[in-house]
Order: sequence, then structure tokens, then C-alpha cells
Amino acid sequence: MNKKDLGLLVLIIVVGLVVYLRNPAFLGPQNLANTANLIGLFGLFSIAQGFVIITGGIDLSAGSMIALLGTLFVDLVGNKGVPWPIAFIIVMVLGLALGLVHGLLITKLKMQPFVVTLCGLLIYRGVARGYTADATAGFPFGSEYPGLDFFVARIGGIPVSVYVLAVVAIIAWFTLHRSVFGRYLYAIGKNEEAARFSGIRTGAVITSAYVIAAGLTALAAVFFAMYTRSVQPSSQGNFYELYAIAAAVLGGFSLRGGEGSIVGVILGTILLQELQNLVNLLGIPSSLNFAVMGGVILIGVLVDQQWNAFRARRRIVEAARAPSSGVAAETS
Amino acid sequence: MPDGGGGQVLRPFLRLSGVRKTYPGVVALSGFDMTVAPGEVIGIVGENGAGKSTLMKILGGVTKPDSGTVEIDGVAYDGLTVGGSMKAGIAFVHQELNLFDNLDVAANVFIGREPRTGGILNLVDEKKMRADVAPYLKRLGASFTPDTPVSKLSLAQQQMVEIAKALTMNARLVILDEPTSSLPLSETEKLLEVIASLKAEGIAVLFISHRLAEIEAACDRVVVLRDGVLVGTLDKAEISHDRLVKLMIGRDLKVAYAAPKGARGNPVLVASGIRTAAYPTHDVDLSLHSGEILGLAGLVGSGRTELARVLFGIDERFAGSVTLDGAPVRLRSATDAVEKGIFLVPEDRKGAGILLDLSIAENISLPNLDAYAAGGLVAPARERTQAEQSRRELGIKAPSVLTRTGSLSGGNQQKVVLAKWLAMKPKVLIFDEPTRGIDVGAKAEIYRLMRGLADAGVPVLMISSDMEEVIGVSDRIAVMHEGRISGFLERADFTEENVLTLAIGKQLRKAG
Repeated sequence: MNKKDLGLLVLIIVVGLVVYLRNPAFLGPQNLANTANLIGLFGLFSIAQGFVIITGGIDLSAGSMIALLGTLFVDLVGNKGVPWPIAFIIVMVLGLALGLVHGLLITKLKMQPFVVTLCGLLIYRGVARGYTADATAGFPFGSEYPGLDFFVARIGGIPVSVYVLAVVAIIAWFTLHRSVFGRYLYAIGKNEEAARFSGIRTGAVITSAYVIAAGLTALAAVFFAMYTRSVQPSSQGNFYELYAIAAAVLGGFSLRGGEGSIVGVILGTILLQELQNLVNLLGIPSSLNFAVMGGVILIGVLVDQQWNAFRARRRIVEAARAPSSGVAAETS
Repeated sequence: MPDGGGGQVLRPFLRLSGVRKTYPGVVALSGFDMTVAPGEVIGIVGENGAGKSTLMKILGGVTKPDSGTVEIDGVAYDGLTVGGSMKAGIAFVHQELNLFDNLDVAANVFIGREPRTGGILNLVDEKKMRADVAPYLKRLGASFTPDTPVSKLSLAQQQMVEIAKALTMNARLVILDEPTSSLPLSETEKLLEVIASLKAEGIAVLFISHRLAEIEAACDRVVVLRDGVLVGTLDKAEISHDRLVKLMIGRDLKVAYAAPKGARGNPVLVASGIRTAAYPTHDVDLSLHSGEILGLAGLVGSGRTELARVLFGIDERFAGSVTLDGAPVRLRSATDAVEKGIFLVPEDRKGAGILLDLSIAENISLPNLDAYAAGGLVAPARERTQAEQSRRELGIKAPSVLTRTGSLSGGNQQKVVLAKWLAMKPKVLIFDEPTRGIDVGAKAEIYRLMRGLADAGVPVLMISSDMEEVIGVSDRIAVMHEGRISGFLERADFTEENVLTLAIGKQLRKAG
């Protein structure tokens, strides 16, 4: 854990303490379990976003993908009678395939990640709404699907999504921070040209990052679908890609690529959910939700950068105050 | 690991014979012969455009020679590839380092060929990687450890990482391209020790440098290139500064330099006690006089560009003052400088001098668009009229003033940069490496334009690393060394030796 992560952790604790003092319900078992569940869900696709951002790319399609795949999952299970494990596999495979398409468009056809995934954002949302003719996809009343409750169950009072996030985070940590593949992601994000000249197959590595991201997003889509029980394709997952980008940026990722950590993005996710929770618990009108989040991110990133710039400048100013150490110039 | 044979080896590691390479209109290398024995340190010197970089590209497998043979370790290569060159044991340490500063030393050394732990996880074997790198770092006398982040290393240390990388690849020939051009002297000595230790292990080194003192100190043999031709080889005993210089510039001067019309006039721009962010502890004092071209010489990293940027208001001035025609000027931004008529022709022509996607006319009008606008709207006709005039005056060769500047040659692009400022009545013009990458013909025209400016009373400050240019064009030379001006030279004292001596921070020997 580096200094930046530590700072974020302190901020999370301080904010938590303040909220708790104003409203003790913050640490009540019900609120904790709810918030933890949301952290689990948002954490999944925020980690996904991290894999893409580390390469210097971006994935704007996450929210729409959650809507499309969630709609599909509920429709397959609820209306088409597909056994849920099969539906789950279909949704996962489709998600991975979409990620592959993103990756290939970016690496083979040299399109910009922003453009590719912006089009994804528009297309997937449109297809999801078209698929149900804008109707809500839901399960028939009174239907039972043995085992499906797994996604919303609690084990020892802790939501399953938290366990899943923990497992995913550990695997992602090893992948990003300890595997050869992760090493290549960092190298490519810092200097793609030099990475290619080091013999790294940059196209394959970048494409894999988009596939991993879409896979994790597909997993999150199923969790969200089960969390909301019915999927409204026009609103499910709206703006979620921005939550993910925000979590990554708060967690120390650089949008230029090459910087960031799994611990960071998870702490970022926790802080964002804590802020959402703060808005609810402190009686702030929920319409101000985004304003609070935006304000905190803006100040956080600003303080972090300005502090470094300020210190660098102060060093120079202090050095410049000393008398000149140069020998007198010899004028002829 | 290479077998540490002591240098008495039968077969040369590298043999080039009759290597020739031409580009449209230029003979880059003509009939080049050279052999390199294991453990031999060979200096390669020559001016810009002499053919050094073509030679490197051929050895690196980046370009193919038109004719001639490349023989490495007894094997003749017809089409040497980048991978083939690497496999044959040739390693490059480029002038611009290609390290990943978000990774540590060991990760950089092994990038693209990481050892793995095996098993199901098959992770990066950090332990083995660090353990493998450590002895190489020790051999090189590095003061940092394998787990140090590269972002914390100095330039010389980063070069050491590149050299360590070459060693772990079992390199038998290490090519150092201008390795000392951005190093302070203390770090240079360190590098020379590293070269000696490579030699002791039977690894050959090609050492490309402009710094003749280092060539003298490090090399067994020096090969001098001029205009693509090998003009001489000097053995260790024969290497001397004078002989090298003679070989390097011993040609007819192709460029005619005009002398100033009048005598040096009054100071126009006076900078005193300037301190830049790069060297906040050193004062720089400089005055530019009417009618003169002041050459600013010095090694890369000596603070010349930083000074120019401060005078142009792009970078912050941490101390000191600037006066123009006797009145102090505020230089908080380039906008201030442009308003006062202090203009900069920057080093990075394509990145900072012009906008490649805009036309000649649009580039010329950009800094002064108000003058080309009527009621807030740009009047293209006015832009074109000015551009046509500039094109005639400066001799910009282009099909039309609406031509994209990106499609022009380097020399014509530089003329567009100049045209942009000339259209705005300059008081002072600063050139940073004005003719880098520009052919001889265009060079001469740019010198003529500079002289015209100086004669018209606009002083010119010319930063240049091209010795011939500094000595040929300037009326006076200021030499910088590590952030301060180490001396001024008047025309009578213009010699390469004097400039180099001041550039490495030594005092001039008084002529006896």
C-alpha cells in the first residue's frame, strides 16, 4: 500500500467517522450490509475499468453493457425458460465477445478507445431498449429458480457480492502486480512504442485487457440484475462507467496510462459508495448526489496534484534565493 | 555470460566491407570498411549528417545497405533484421533512453523476457530477476539496487540500466550512441569506467560522441566519418584533439558566411541575474547588442534552452531582470514576450514552431490574428496577401501559400516559423538550433536571413550545438556550462578548442 492509498484510507475513515457521529445508523448492521453489497457490485466493474485505464485506454460502455446483459439474463431465465446456469454462461460469453470486439477495433483497426466504447455505450443501450421494446424485463410473479438466490444471498451476514469481489480482487491483484501480463500492461501504458520494441505483443495484451474488462462487467451485470430483480433497460446502469472511472482516478490511476493499483481502485469504490451513503444518511436531498461526488473527486485530485507542484516549485524558489554559486562570467 | 577472454582473439567480431547506402539525393555511406575485434573500444566521430546514424541503423538491422557485406562473428548477413542483430550479440544504448519509469530496474532489464515461477500461476519471478540483475549492477559499479524505481535514477544511472540490459542479453558488441551528451562531467567519468570494464571482459564497444576528450580517454581506435566517407582511422597513440578536429572539418566550407555590415551597436536586450528552474542556484548575465549575432554554445543540458525559454516568457524566471531598450519588461508569459517583439524560433520545429496541419498562410497569421481580422472574423484574403509577400521575401518553396506546412521540407518549415515572426516587426529574435535537420542549401538561406536581421538592427541570439555554425555565423559567442556562462569569445578567439574548453567548464589557456 503506497502513500496515496494510505491517504485515501484515512479519508474513508474520517468521512465514516463524521457520518457516524451525525447518524449512528451508518454503522448499523443493515446499512453496513447494504453498502458492502453495493461496494461489491461497483467494485467488480471498477476493477474492470482499471485494467483498461492502465493501458491508457478507457471503457465508456460499461453502464450500457450492464443494462443489455442484465436485460438479456432476466429475459432468458424469466421468459424464455433457459436454466439460469446456461443463461449465465451465455451472458458471460457474450460479454467477453463484446470485449474482444472492442479490443480488436482498437488494436487492429487503430480506432481510439474513447470512440469505440462511446459507440458501445450508445449501441448497447439502444439494443437493450429495443429488445424489450422499452418494457421492463422481470421474472414472472411467484416463479422460483433454485440456486439463483445465490447472487443476493448473505453468508455470515455478509453479502455474496463482497466475497466475489474479494476473490476477483485477489486474482486481479496477482494478475496486475505479479504476472508477466500485468507487467506488460504497465509497460504499454507508459510507452507503447518502447514496449513493442521490447518484443511485447502489444496488440494482444491490449485486446486481452478489454476482454477481461468486459468479462468482469458481464459478471457485474448479472449481480445487478438480481439485485434489482427486474431490469428497466433505459435506466439500468446509467452513468456506471463514470462511477468506475471516478473510482480509478480517486485510486491513483492516470488516464494517460501506466499508473494505478488494485488496492487504489477498490478504495476509490469504497469512498464513492460511502459518499452516496452519506447523502442518504445526512438528509441531503438525493438530487444533490452527483454534485457531492463530483465535488469530492475534484477537490481530491486537485489537492493531490497541486500539493506536488507546490512542493516542487518551493524547492526551486528556495534554491534561487541563495547567492549565485557560479564563478563570475568573464566578459572580454 | 561471455567468456572473459583477454582481448587476444583471432577473429574479428564484426567486419563491414564496402557498405554503401544511398537515399534519394544523398549518399549516406559510400564503401565503408571496418573491423571490430572483441574487447576493442572504437570511437566513431563525425558531424551531423556524416553517416553515423546510417551506420547504426545498418548494424541494428533497421535498414539494409544497398551493397557491401556485414559479417558478425564469422557469419555473413544479407538481410540483417532487428531480431537477428540482437541475437548476434549487438546491443544498443540509445541517446534517448527507452526505459519505463513506472517500473523498477530489474523489470526494465528483463522487459519482454521475464523469468517465471512456473506452475499454474506462472507469475513473474521477481526474486530470480532481481538476483540475476544484481551481479551485473555490481560489475558496473552501480550505487542502486535492482528494486529501485527507474523514476528515481539519474540519467547516467538510467544508462547503466540500459547497459546492464545489454549485458544480460549476452551482448558482445555494445553501441553507445552519444551516451555522454546529457551527462554532467562526474557521471561521464563513471561511464568511462564502465566502458573499461566491458573491454576487460572482451566485449567490444562502439562509442559515438561529439566530446573529443572522452574519445581520447576511452578509445583504442577512432574512426572519422565525413559525408558518408571514412576519412581516417587513428590508433590509440595517434589520437589527439587537433588531428580529430582536422579530420572532422577538413573539407571545403560549403556555406558562405556573411560578415556584419556595421559595428556592434548599443545593447538592446539586457538580462541580468537570470535563474531558471533547471539551475536555480546560478545567475546568468547576458546582453544582446544591436547589429550582432550572439552564438550561444554549450553541451546539451547546459541550460541554454532553459535560458531561451525564460527570455521568451514560456518558463518562469526565478530571479533576475530583463530590460529591452533600457526599460524593464514583464515576461510572465509568451504573450508578454510577443507583445514586446521578443520572438523565439524553437528547437522543436514540428512540435512548437508550426502547426503541421495548418497552411503556410494560417501559420504566419496565427500569433497576430487580430491584424488579419475584420469585425472579429478572420479575413483569409489578408492572410494570403501577407503570406504571398513572406513567400517571396524568404524564398519559401511551396506550390501555394495554402499548402499544408506538414508537407514542406524542414528548411521551408523553418522559413515559415521565421516568416511568422518577421511579419510582426521583431525587436529581438532567439533561435534554438535553427538548422537542425536542414539541408545545406536551406541552411545558407537561413544564415542570410539572420544576418539581414542583425544588419537591420535586430539582435539575434543563436543557440547551436553545431560547431561549424557557431563559429561561422556568430559575431560573438557565449558558452554555457552547467547553468552558467563560462565565458564569452570575440571573433579573434573563435576556435573549436576554445568553445569546447569553455563548454566542459574549464578555463581558457591564455595565449602566450
